[in-house]
Amino acid sequence: MSSTDIAINKTDMHHDHEEHDHHHDQNFFEKYIFSQDHKVIAKQFLFMGIIWAFIGGFLSVLFRLQLGWPEATFTFLEPILGGWVTNGKLDPEFYLAMVTMHGTIMVFFVLTAGLSGTFSNFLIPLQVGARDMASGFMNMLSFWIFFLASIIMFWSLFLENGPAGGGWTIYPPLSALPQAIKGSGTGMTMWLIAMALFIVSQLLGGVNYIATVINLRTKGMSMTKLPLTIWAFTLTAVLGLLSFPVLFSAALLLIFDRSFGTSFYLSDIYIAGEALSNTGGSAILFQHLFWFLGHPEVYIVILPAFGIVSEVIATNSRKPIFGYRAMIGSLLGISVLSFVVWAHHMFVTGMNPFLGSVFMFLTLIIAVPSAVKVFNWLATLWRGNIRFTAAMMFAIGFVSLFISGGLTGIILGNSALDIQLHDTYFVVAHFHLVMGAAAFFGMFCGVYHWFPKMFGRMMDEKLGYVHFWLTFIAVYLVFMPMHYVGIAGFPRRYYNWTGFEAFNMFTDLNTFISIAAIFGFTAQFIFLFNFIYSIFKGRRATQNPWHSNTLEWTTPVNPGHGNWPGEIPAVYRWPYDYSKPGAEQDFIPQTVPFSETQSSNLPQERVLE
Amino acid sequence: MSTSTTLEAPNTGTWDGGNEPLKASYGKLMMWFFLLSDAFTFGSFLIVYGLSRHSHMPYTGKVEDFYFSTEWWPIPEKVFNAFPGLHGMDLPLAFVALMTMILILSSVTMVLAVEAGHRMDKNDVQKWLLWTILFGSIFLGCQAWEWAHFITGDDKGMLLADGTTVFGANLTVNQYGPPLFADLFFFITGFHGTHVFSGVILLIMVFINTVNGVYHKRGHYEMVEKVGLYWHFVDLVWVFVFTFFYLI
Repeated sequence: MSSTDIAINKTDMHHDHEEHDHHHDQNFFEKYIFSQDHKVIAKQFLFMGIIWAFIGGFLSVLFRLQLGWPEATFTFLEPILGGWVTNGKLDPEFYLAMVTMHGTIMVFFVLTAGLSGTFSNFLIPLQVGARDMASGFMNMLSFWIFFLASIIMFWSLFLENGPAGGGWTIYPPLSALPQAIKGSGTGMTMWLIAMALFIVSQLLGGVNYIATVINLRTKGMSMTKLPLTIWAFTLTAVLGLLSFPVLFSAALLLIFDRSFGTSFYLSDIYIAGEALSNTGGSAILFQHLFWFLGHPEVYIVILPAFGIVSEVIATNSRKPIFGYRAMIGSLLGISVLSFVVWAHHMFVTGMNPFLGSVFMFLTLIIAVPSAVKVFNWLATLWRGNIRFTAAMMFAIGFVSLFISGGLTGIILGNSALDIQLHDTYFVVAHFHLVMGAAAFFGMFCGVYHWFPKMFGRMMDEKLGYVHFWLTFIAVYLVFMPMHYVGIAGFPRRYYNWTGFEAFNMFTDLNTFISIAAIFGFTAQFIFLFNFIYSIFKGRRATQNPWHSNTLEWTTPVNPGHGNWPGEIPAVYRWPYDYSKPGAEQDFIPQTVPFSETQSSNLPQERVLE
Repeated sequence: MSTSTTLEAPNTGTWDGGNEPLKASYGKLMMWFFLLSDAFTFGSFLIVYGLSRHSHMPYTGKVEDFYFSTEWWPIPEKVFNAFPGLHGMDLPLAFVALMTMILILSSVTMVLAVEAGHRMDKNDVQKWLLWTILFGSIFLGCQAWEWAHFITGDDKGMLLADGTTVFGANLTVNQYGPPLFADLFFFITGFHGTHVFSGVILLIMVFINTVNGVYHKRGHYEMVEKVGLYWHFVDLVWVFVFTFFYLI
């Protein structure tokens, strides 16, 4: 154990194996590699997330090339892809593997680990007023197990038979039978191992986040004085804690089916004319287990973005967030509902239609808390004294994407309409807007906003604007036409459609989508440059560059381990006292007691003076 | 920050921060949350059991006429009726009842260890931990025997359609009925057994620390309590596994 949590928790006496004789200087490894400081761990998650995002994005460019120009020859890709390109044609099984890995990487490694790993770690201790996470050691383990999962998943990309290829949902029997496709061989085994480790990492992180929020809030930081970011991160952790173990069960059973001859998911299968001995299992069972995780997972991806965006919009509109308690309530509502809607992913799998209508009803109810959130963001922006920082642009972009993607969610939630739309590009367009691009916007928003706290320097605003507009335009150019392609009936996961007469008329549209996708991917290098350049050469940040109320801005510009050099500040008010009538400034930090702000106190606050 | 803030007192309610609102240290909270998520893991396995069983035919004839067949799900009393040393006797669920009793007894001794920890009575903690380790290990031993018997099968075996007779069960063939019955038995009791095994390892570690006086020096035996939570959870899960596999 390093010299870390010295005076971290006065109330806590349970640091096992803790040596109390330290104060020695940390060496390089303790400080940057096996660090137990939540801020360093957050940055580690962020760097890994960015690396994975570029890998995942690159894969999408590769398969968009195939979809956009199905007749073209890709000999120029041979130096990169080697045997996967024969005579200038992409191997169809490799296409499937790329689609699978793009989904897996983006959903789990970028938007789960990269997003909530970064911001939950970074912001929870800073915003609740704690010296560090409850257990720094477990936090470190969480990152390194994630790292191990990343290595295995990355390694699987270079297998001769390719990585997993059964889609990111890895439905058996396809994924359970190695003889079915190349992508169900070693690649799938490694996928399962990597995901099992990933789940362990998520659970280690999750229990830490929740325990920290419950036990380590500073004096005065009641649950209704917490910034919405913390509410969102906590509920994200709860969702992960309850849904990931179910994926773990599903994956373990699948591992047994694959490697030890059991028949949990397998029954009555003929492969290459030969009957398999497996009997009695059910493939639908896997889908139920998978989507019991899978649906909360989309909220695990989007809730942190909700929190980040609420915080950034309030700060940069210089207005209190509209409906703070309604925001908490809607987060709670979405979290609860997320566990009872999983079967809307399975409307056409042969499920009882009556069950389908129950799940449809529950699914459509989610529109209510989601709309509460959207209207509250809009009401916060309404007549605000808006500062268009780069983070704010991304926050507003997020709201736009969330509305556009959310509306198609209402369409897809109908079990009858789903008969036409399931497994088409309409679904792809829907979830890329509402949880893919939107969560990415939340992530960018968070990076631009908290970059000064992370690295003590500012990111370049102008490059940020360029990055925002190019990304924003590219996202709509890609996914708006995709809805039309989907309504026309284009199935997803197809290598090409040139064999179908009906789909030929959309070739141009697909080329257009591909060009826009490549354009959008290229724009991300502006962000990458800005990010790396600003770490070393950015303008130095002041202590509170955005004039924000929350606790993290009361720490020094470059907070050391322990976050606050002296005593942890106490908290007296909610975090959204922006532009309070009668106040000297347009913001009142949470650490200012009411006795100091008599000119702006409301009648009910007088008693607190 | 002005100096007057230090004179100001922030709110001090249960949930106002700066305290432990649930009156539990973060370590205990983490253990509770872990157990909650582990409950979901076991829950999904038991749901898999329920659904798999539901998709198979039940035995509809008279109990006396029951015989093993892949056509129907076996009656548990007919499968688990052996007892070590009493070969060939029909003692339905006797052995598993004994196992269950032993595990429940280990929970009792665990409670006593935790209670001794509250009294800071090192010797008592040691004593009760040792009993818990002993009972836990006996349970694991019993399970090993149970597995061994399940794998070897009884003397009769099951006659297959092609004229061969199978004895015992593995992950692909099963003399007691549909293969899935054996798959689920091995998987779920195995997963539970792994938990008990981890628990015994944890108990041994805690026992060594107790003997070395680590907790006494620390001033509290909370580690014993945390492992105790885990142990009771594993015990509780067994009650459900037992109910699903043996009773229903």
